[in-house]
Amino acid sequence: MASSRLPVIPLALLVLVLLGPALLADLIAPHDPYQSHLRNRLQPPVFAGGGWEFILGTDRLGRCILSRILHGARYAVAISAVGIVLGAALGSALGLLAGYARGWTDAVVMRLVDISFALPSVLLALALAVVFGPSFSAVLAVIVFVLWASFARQVRGEVLSLRERDFVARARVAGASHLRILSRHILPNVANTITVMATLQLGVIILLEATLSFLGIGVPRPTPTWGLLVADGRQFVVSAWWISFFPGLAILLSVLSINLLGDWLRDRLDPRLQQV
Amino acid sequence: MTRFALLRLVQSLVSLFAITVIVFGLSHATGSPIDTMLPDDATTEQIAALSRNLGLDEPLWRQYLVFLGNALQGDFGMSLKWRGQSAMGVVLDRLPATLRLGGLALLISIAVAIPAGVVSAVRRGTWADHLVRGFALFGQSIPAFWLGIVLIWIFAVGLGWLPTSGHGGLAHMILPAISIAAFQIAALTRLTRSAMLEVLDTEYVKLARIKGASETAVVWRHAFANAAIVPLTYFGVLAGSVLTGSIVVETVFGWPGAGWLAIEAIRARDFPVIQAVVMFFALAFLLANVLVDLLYAWVDPRVRHG
Repeated sequence: MASSRLPVIPLALLVLVLLGPALLADLIAPHDPYQSHLRNRLQPPVFAGGGWEFILGTDRLGRCILSRILHGARYAVAISAVGIVLGAALGSALGLLAGYARGWTDAVVMRLVDISFALPSVLLALALAVVFGPSFSAVLAVIVFVLWASFARQVRGEVLSLRERDFVARARVAGASHLRILSRHILPNVANTITVMATLQLGVIILLEATLSFLGIGVPRPTPTWGLLVADGRQFVVSAWWISFFPGLAILLSVLSINLLGDWLRDRLDPRLQQV
Repeated sequence: MTRFALLRLVQSLVSLFAITVIVFGLSHATGSPIDTMLPDDATTEQIAALSRNLGLDEPLWRQYLVFLGNALQGDFGMSLKWRGQSAMGVVLDRLPATLRLGGLALLISIAVAIPAGVVSAVRRGTWADHLVRGFALFGQSIPAFWLGIVLIWIFAVGLGWLPTSGHGGLAHMILPAISIAAFQIAALTRLTRSAMLEVLDTEYVKLARIKGASETAVVWRHAFANAAIVPLTYFGVLAGSVLTGSIVVETVFGWPGAGWLAIEAIRARDFPVIQAVVMFFALAFLLANVLVDLLYAWVDPRVRHG
């Protein structure tokens, strides 16, 4: 069932909704995302009776929804990309270490994994937001905390069986150091798993970041993150549905395209990886 | 089996201990609650007196031991926001609402995901399979808070079938429960499908077919009974993420449960209530996972001997 063709539609969607806007927001956004146009408050989108000036309508301060969504893509990409890299690096390193060293190291790492899994991420985010105030770094900390454990567990499991394989034994007989065995012989064999997991988790992380900013504990105002944009429209469900609707749609389409790409990548690189 | 159970129990206790340290540490790094409890022009004596009263002038490790001792008895002190109520009392008051909503969400998840996953696997490649997989993909990509708002927009504001928010009977629970369940349905469906595909390909299922067992018997008695172990192991994660989902969705719908309470407590810097909620959620999550592990080991001997 694995299709080898490049998934064109998800890729196009990803570029259109997420990557394109993130790179080009300054050039393509019709308005300044922070600029209020008080005379044009709560304008409906163009296909619901509004004008062409504000294609997706305006919010309660008359800010252009489309421009805010385009700029919001930046934060979605930046936060999730940095978070994934940090989380995957930390988790994979600990997973490699635990699976290779076994014994006490393994026991300690695995208990830490258990603890990570036992703390609900949103609660942790709430606590961190109170400690450090809502901030970019608090959001990153939560993302890394959520990610590292699943990477560590998966990588450890694979390393446990890899280290018993003949090529590892031969490398050891040939006098390779532990560091060399880990980096040159074991890491390349788990690289595919790490890549596929990172892609599959990217969607989860974008959702988490959006959830945190929706709750007011993510990147602080007035940064137009997508979650914040949805929260802005909450009181206007009856009178101005477009304020919440379009930013949420942007989240949905981005995550959808990432998940499609992730599934495709898994079928190509690591079909045995079981992921939810 | 007893050895496995004991080992698992000890591991959970270690995790639980670490969580108490984290919870204690986080709450104490947040700054003193005294600022929010006394007026700005409070005198030094007043501040000192309140510190002594709350035990905040003791060394940190003493404060932790006191905290741990009390926590073991379910005593997290008095709430700072809800005056005159114990923190545990506040949480226990709100818990039934969360359990009702979470329970319904869990029920919906299982009732939809298991049949959908089984059908999708049995009819692999047909339109039914594509439909189920499409829905699962959507469920995994949709933000729960936004789904909640869209559902309110369609079913409460547009069609007027259901109430927009608040606490009440079953009608009030339907939209929030669906918002929580969407992601879980998707995850559980995908798991069930892949587990079924694997089992349907085994020799004993083929043998059952050759013997002439009816299709229903093959699918449910032979295949599903063996495939069910995979979604079962996911159940612990499922219960936990339903709890987490309730924090977000309760906030959207104004549902007076423990999730919304957590957010209110954090905004008010109500340490005791924050501690009680986090400990409660973490404990529930750990317990669910231990139960699942034990069940798993009981059903599949390879686990306990591995």
